[in-house]
Amino acid sequence: MTIQELKEVCRQARIDIINMTANASSGHPGGSLSSVELMSAVFFTQMRLFPDDPACQDRDRFVLSKGHAAPCYYSLLCQKGFFSRDEFKRFRQIDGMLQGHPSVKTIPGVDASTGSLGQGCSIAVGMAIAAKQLKKDTKVFTLLGDGECQEGQVWEAMMSAAHYHLDNLTVMVDWNGLQIDGTNDEVLSLGDLRAKFEAFGLDVTELSDGNDLEQVMAALEKPAASGKPKCILAHTVKGKGVSFMENQVGWHGKGPNEEQRAAALAELEV
Amino acid sequence: MAEKIATREAYGKALAELGRINDRIVAFDADLSGSTMSKYFRQEFPDRFYEAGIAEANMICMAAGASTMGLIPFCSSFAMFATGRAYEQIRNSVGYAHFNVKICGSHAGLSVGEDGATHQCLEDVALMRLIPGMTVIAPADAIEARKAVFAIAEHQGPVYLRTARLATPVLDREYPFEIGKANVLTEGSDAVVFTYGLMVAEMLEAYRLLKAQGIDVCVVNMHTIKPIDRECVLEQAQRCKKVFTLEEHSTIGGIGDAVADVLLGNVSCSFHKIGVEDRFGRSGKALDVLRAYGLSADQIAEKISSLI
Repeated sequence: MTIQELKEVCRQARIDIINMTANASSGHPGGSLSSVELMSAVFFTQMRLFPDDPACQDRDRFVLSKGHAAPCYYSLLCQKGFFSRDEFKRFRQIDGMLQGHPSVKTIPGVDASTGSLGQGCSIAVGMAIAAKQLKKDTKVFTLLGDGECQEGQVWEAMMSAAHYHLDNLTVMVDWNGLQIDGTNDEVLSLGDLRAKFEAFGLDVTELSDGNDLEQVMAALEKPAASGKPKCILAHTVKGKGVSFMENQVGWHGKGPNEEQRAAALAELEV
Repeated sequence: MAEKIATREAYGKALAELGRINDRIVAFDADLSGSTMSKYFRQEFPDRFYEAGIAEANMICMAAGASTMGLIPFCSSFAMFATGRAYEQIRNSVGYAHFNVKICGSHAGLSVGEDGATHQCLEDVALMRLIPGMTVIAPADAIEARKAVFAIAEHQGPVYLRTARLATPVLDREYPFEIGKANVLTEGSDAVVFTYGLMVAEMLEAYRLLKAQGIDVCVVNMHTIKPIDRECVLEQAQRCKKVFTLEEHSTIGGIGDAVADVLLGNVSCSFHKIGVEDRFGRSGKALDVLRAYGLSADQIAEKISSLI
């Protein structure tokens, strides 16, 4: 897939995120928009997937540890062909299958139920351990939020990932700097996140712009250091692509109204 | 005197035995394999044993992930930390997803003894019962623990298996083990006592003491606490009209509540829960602690006799 085609996937993901959160009058547009490039690149250039046989055991795995970025995830699963775009009308609705946070039982293509922060990365570690146990070449990806790194379990998971030499695991961090109550530094400083992941034994690549597809692709394509799990620390912009949402903590967890939807879609050239 | 074997010991040996016939079985432990007895599996299958370190939350979620790859993970830790520390991980990452993870909590109840209240889990059954789709099993003796290990490996879905530290009598009874099917151990009709775990042995001793007083009770081993054998509970309660539940667990949320839920609105009977009444445990030799909380055979017999 060319970068140009991938950019179109990202644009469609942003449109879907705006429509889903507007339809539901709820959801998390900010952290969905910031993670678009990271997730799109993984889904469209790295993973072996079987949309016609979602449970196929030969598939690669993705765990959305920051489960609130579900609208981005759902857009990519839809674009991959796991389900119809029609489902977006029922996102977070009583008659829909697209739950507020990813649910493995109801949504084709979803590999784990996530949303309670800190747990998804451990699940991904377990998948990577099992892949090695079964001598399979399965690749496992997980996406963490920056605020999520305040959960102690993240570091339990990282310790295990290094201990078991999980070079089949890629841990990405969507480092947009904002969380519900304010900036990371106002809430609980993350300190030198790069040094922390390195100290825990991961092979870290830091991206100055995690919304730049070329940077993301280069990091994903870089061969993993032997025996080490890969970590991509991506500085991103919360709300990326919709000017009035960018870097606004208030857009963490609310859906746009109709006027805001129209303004956002206009910016995305719909 | 019957031979005494702890259910955790039987669990560990059965897990290793199971490992020999099913290469999909993997074990996780949180730095307690010498106590949970997953050490037998570890010794025999070091490549299928994963040490999570002292990090139970991560252990449960790693097992959840491993299960999605087609493995059957058995996670061992003390009941307190497996179900208490990692409750939310079990609920959200295992239960909600209905993943095929087996959570095995040893050192349940007061009979942990000397370690005291921080390690004496009196709420694991309550916590695990709360999770939709979770199967909750507590074997009465070593023989049943072995059967339970094999049965839960065959069962598709999350299971909590509760075992104990204390070596207790191997009951002189052979009966089939079927998940969700209670075993009626004595046929009396003056009262029925629904119990599980190592209280089964205490209750059988209490049964003999009551029998000597002319009271003949029906003792039911409810090794599966969830899904509860409704048919058995209704039938025996209707027949005996006096119902007791007995457990080495809080009287809040355990089998007392499970049985009461079945009986409410369905059977007219007297009903009493025997267990740990909204208190923490304490240090002491296991048998001394059980006595301090009224859970020795003679105390149980006396209580039933006074209430009957």
